[in-house]
Amino acid sequence: MAKSREIRVPANQIPVSRRVDASIAVVGNPNSGKSTVFNRLTGLRQRIGNYPGVTVERHVGTIKVDDRKLELVDLPGTYGLSAHSFEEQIAIDVIFGRIKGTRRPDGIVAVVDATSLYQGMYLVQQLLELECPLVIALTMTDAALTEGLRIDVDALSRRLGGVTVCPVIATNGQGIEALRHAIAALPDELPPSPDLAWPELTAAARQVVEVSDTQVHPVEIERLLIEGAIDANKSVLAGIGSRAEDALHRKREELFGREPPLAKEARVRYRWVRSVINEVQHRVPVYLTWRSRVATFMNRPIPGTAGLFVVMAIVFQAVFAWATPVMNLIDSASASLGAVVSVSLGDGAFASLIADGIIAGVGSVVIFLPQIIILFLFIILLEDSGYLARAAYLLDRAMRSVGLSGQSIIPMISSFACAVPGIMATRVIPNRRDRIATIMAAPFMTCSARLPVYALLIAAFVPAQKIGFMNLQGLVLLGLYVFGIVAGVLTALLMRKTALRGPKPPFALMLPAFRRPNLRTVLMQLLGRAKVFLHRAGTVIFTVAIIVWALAYYPRSDAIAPFVAAQQQEAERQLPIGDLEAAYADIDHRAAAMQLEQSWLGRAGHFIEPVFAPLGWDWRVSSAVIAGFPAREVVIAVLGTVYAVGDDADESTLSDRLKSTTWPDGSPVFTLPMVFGLLIFYACCLQCAATLAVIRRETNSWRWPVFAWCYMTAIGYTGALLVFQLGS
Amino acid sequence: MHGNGNTLASLKRGQRGIIEAIDATDPQVQRLMTLGLVEGAEIELASSALGGDPMEFRVFGRCISLRVEQALQFTVSPVAASTPSRGY
Repeated sequence: MAKSREIRVPANQIPVSRRVDASIAVVGNPNSGKSTVFNRLTGLRQRIGNYPGVTVERHVGTIKVDDRKLELVDLPGTYGLSAHSFEEQIAIDVIFGRIKGTRRPDGIVAVVDATSLYQGMYLVQQLLELECPLVIALTMTDAALTEGLRIDVDALSRRLGGVTVCPVIATNGQGIEALRHAIAALPDELPPSPDLAWPELTAAARQVVEVSDTQVHPVEIERLLIEGAIDANKSVLAGIGSRAEDALHRKREELFGREPPLAKEARVRYRWVRSVINEVQHRVPVYLTWRSRVATFMNRPIPGTAGLFVVMAIVFQAVFAWATPVMNLIDSASASLGAVVSVSLGDGAFASLIADGIIAGVGSVVIFLPQIIILFLFIILLEDSGYLARAAYLLDRAMRSVGLSGQSIIPMISSFACAVPGIMATRVIPNRRDRIATIMAAPFMTCSARLPVYALLIAAFVPAQKIGFMNLQGLVLLGLYVFGIVAGVLTALLMRKTALRGPKPPFALMLPAFRRPNLRTVLMQLLGRAKVFLHRAGTVIFTVAIIVWALAYYPRSDAIAPFVAAQQQEAERQLPIGDLEAAYADIDHRAAAMQLEQSWLGRAGHFIEPVFAPLGWDWRVSSAVIAGFPAREVVIAVLGTVYAVGDDADESTLSDRLKSTTWPDGSPVFTLPMVFGLLIFYACCLQCAATLAVIRRETNSWRWPVFAWCYMTAIGYTGALLVFQLGS
Repeated sequence: MHGNGNTLASLKRGQRGIIEAIDATDPQVQRLMTLGLVEGAEIELASSALGGDPMEFRVFGRCISLRVEQALQFTVSPVAASTPSRGY
């Protein structure tokens, strides 16, 4: 097997012709199995970068066959050469070589789903007109057979003017080797010349090209004829000159008259597609499987909607229940590691840094890895099985009542894992107003970084009673998720009624068929997510833990050592030997508290305490919250450090320590109203620099991230204030 | 809208029809045509969400969801259940 090899070129320098022989674009409908084919062809050694100026991921890999090395670019899925979303536009711009610093691809791999030849052929037909060497990868031929469709590959190849057609089963790699060789042969091949599907259009485009001032591809003129002067075509229109422009208008009139051009294009091209399918596709008998019976049942409105709620309930229950054993394991491991370090390194600053700063700080975040993995596992499974799209469909009507469409559901559900990919997923929403309203709502969804804070406080302060089949703690967690959804939806509604007023968003959605998620793909995505989380724990949170430890440890006070000595002498004089140990521990504890209070962190906490005092927070909670603004999960690390400093590294966990925290008068700090207020604050606040950055990128302005931050902080503060004041 | 009351919106669950005519003035409808909902396509109502809107149609081996207001723009002639499906 030919080995693929990584080439190390910065992702934005696309012309890699010095290093590789040709650049091949992988094009196909969404859900056609395009990315699976791409992964099979290039293996794991591929690079992911961004297209210049936008956040669409650019996947590039290389394949090597014999002595030839080719660059393969996986494009976002598209149904045709007319874009209806941002990502489709990127795919089209790459095909036309319009991306800055790139040229037109030297060849195209068109990925066609055998179960949907109809839509696949529509795209292939447009690609054929590009006069670019092309090979077809026909995927899911096995699935097509079970649906009763048999495709005559030779007939298809003949019908398309001799284009190579490679049937592949990407899940097990069958046919990939043949495809690899066909791709390697592409640069030597002449472009295919099938019968034209729409000779009048092609002829008109050629006539315009003849009088054009600039070199322009006839297919670009075809797009201009059909789409008119939309943004995507402006650059082409600007260059062709007045003679060509006149010709363009004349031809447009001749071709379409009063019929909408896009409608005419669909009518003409699908007529051709039908004639192809009649020649190459045969039907074989098909038996009703239990799976299709289940699907038929679940298609009824009530079972379908009920099923959606059951699925969501299972996810949240699993996140809380399944992770507990592993979390307990990590918890006790980190506590005993801290104890071992304290014992072996003694009492100095270094031992404190390792045990209280690093182990307590980072350990208190790493502990949530199991929950985050379970959550991401479910989100990835729901997405890959095609269920998320179905959720969008089932909830469209509900979303419409708040001025959004079902398409906003997918970004919102993704935001339960992390708002950053969630906000990036809003690109499928064509309308800008809908998109921004969704972006404003997405950060309210309970992300995996909020989960640790919730989990910690709930585990510590909500009793673990059983209510029905659910646990009270699970119910409170579910309640917080619901709160996030309601807050997000109300925000969207508010935005749509005020700043983003506009017509009702349109809706049309391809619902992918249910399919078993590919284990490999799921594991790859899950591993990537776990890596990102651990990387953050190892860098950002590690650094913050050290900084916070230092702020809490310094300056050392000279007054404390004499105080401890005096108190100990006092105790020795007054108390019997048996009580001394308890008295020493109490003195140490008070000494630690004194030290902490006069440290930099203590002073800062005291300084801002008045702001948070109406919420019932002491200076420790206040300083943790402030430290959490760049990345909210840091707050756990800060609490871990703040409450561990000076402790004799006993094995009590963070939640036990929180429970025993008191005000100077002895009343507990963490009362139920205060805890619920804190939870509400966390549910609202936009404590995430990464989210702000992605809002900035996706809306292309500072206005929205600044607005979102102020708005969410204000709501969080007010909510926490109300809960605490009314509850106490 | 077209005269004879048979539109996509009036199909029953599991019932098939052939698209006969389309009112293509709405850009949303043009988008649906680009996706393959053109005259001559065989289409079946697969399901509908609570309240009957949106609706899910099976067409050319794929499922696509439409709101009722869009489904109303497509005139269909029903196909007898005994006729074998063409699939597109």
